[in-house]
Amino acid sequence: MSEIRDDRQYTQTHEWILDHGNGTYTMGITDHAQALLGDMVFVELPNADDEVSIEDEFCVVESVKAASGVYAPADLQIIKANAALDDEPELVNASCYDDGWLVKFRSHAVDDLMDAVAYAQTLTRI
Amino acid sequence: MKQTPLYQMHIESQGKMVDFGGWEMSLNYGSQIEEHHQVRRDAGMFDVSHMSVVDFKGVQAKAFLQILIANDVDKLKTQGRALYSCMLNESGGVVDDLIVYYQNDEYYRMVINASTTEKDMAWIHIQANGFDVSVECMSDLAMIAVQGPNARAKVFAAMPGIEEVCGELKPFNAASLGGLFIARTGYTGEDGFEIMLPSSAAKFTWQMLLEASVKPCGLGARDTLRLEAGMSLYGSEMNDEVSPLESALTWTVDLTNENRAFIGRDALEALKERGVEKTIVGLVLEGKGVIRDHQKVITSLGEGEVTSGTFSPTMGKAIALASVPKGNLGLCEIEIRKKQVCAKIVKPPFVRNGKVLV
Repeated sequence: MSEIRDDRQYTQTHEWILDHGNGTYTMGITDHAQALLGDMVFVELPNADDEVSIEDEFCVVESVKAASGVYAPADLQIIKANAALDDEPELVNASCYDDGWLVKFRSHAVDDLMDAVAYAQTLTRI
Repeated sequence: MKQTPLYQMHIESQGKMVDFGGWEMSLNYGSQIEEHHQVRRDAGMFDVSHMSVVDFKGVQAKAFLQILIANDVDKLKTQGRALYSCMLNESGGVVDDLIVYYQNDEYYRMVINASTTEKDMAWIHIQANGFDVSVECMSDLAMIAVQGPNARAKVFAAMPGIEEVCGELKPFNAASLGGLFIARTGYTGEDGFEIMLPSSAAKFTWQMLLEASVKPCGLGARDTLRLEAGMSLYGSEMNDEVSPLESALTWTVDLTNENRAFIGRDALEALKERGVEKTIVGLVLEGKGVIRDHQKVITSLGEGEVTSGTFSPTMGKAIALASVPKGNLGLCEIEIRKKQVCAKIVKPPFVRNGKVLV
């Protein structure tokens, strides 16, 4: 079974979002997503200050097997990307909820996300 | 979905099972990259029982194979000797690529791809019309490929009696022992054996190999290993529409004997006359990213396409095989998500026997 954490929210496309309560958020991909993709070998990250529209693909995680887009859950502005992934993309496999985070962003309109229970239910339906 | 005789063993080893051309096969057992390194550095094993073994017997077995495939089985003079070849259609396109093993002039054994088996068998049966040859698909055989620098030693340790028969076996040769057929061949660029055996003996043999610390490896690692080794994959580098002359497989086509009218020969000769315009080359990405199948390649001589792209675990870089205009050298650009990324054109293989060659 894949790990799902109660302290954050989830998207249909298997990203997690952690709300820091001051209009800033951290985002990554879920344990389910990293397991499906397998060994990560490259992460294409956005630049700080990039402005991204909701549902835009703004980041790409690539495993040996496939490239997979990461989509914006809201209109947002990038604060910073996880530079450690340039040299160690495998952090996304080893620690998808902690050291393998993808970006920190700022947004005024993050809504329509699932809580941990709702996300777990989408996985059991697969 | 079809399952191999080793299905249960894959489940026990936490194999991640996927649909591979109608077969339920293991993609990996946790980490594809670790399995890849295991084969380059020590020894790993693959269940390749989905591939088909076809036996050709009869007084005209040799004559038939001389027209069926583009390489000439007349080269095979000693028992167990192997030959890689393509089987062509009338237009010179590749029906399948295969290995044929010589037993004697009236008995040859062939290994063909899993996904093309039905098409191949239908094609072979039509062509065999009028020849005194029997063609039998040996569906009761399983196949285990044990590959890596320590593969042979571990097979000898795991399977009693094999060393006596296969200790001196040269690369690209096979030997029989009881119901076993052991070939020193593979699809990884490493030393090792491909072992054909009765399905009933497959689980036991797999278990013995596990106990000799041979690690199970999935189809994911098999693909990155073959790509590093610069080996073609049917359906990627070649298909029914592309000839071996355009797939860097000219070395597998034998035109020496002018009287040997193999299927597709006329088309190949005509193509040679007109001039072959494309070939398969290797690419190494200079920048960051991963090369994927079907990405566009822009060269100084025109455009081409990636036929197999991946990330090379041994080199730590993205590599690919690509179909490009013939005569290309130096650098090219690959279009990755609308951006052009620079790549170096090289001659495969990328890696052989654990060493990077490009």
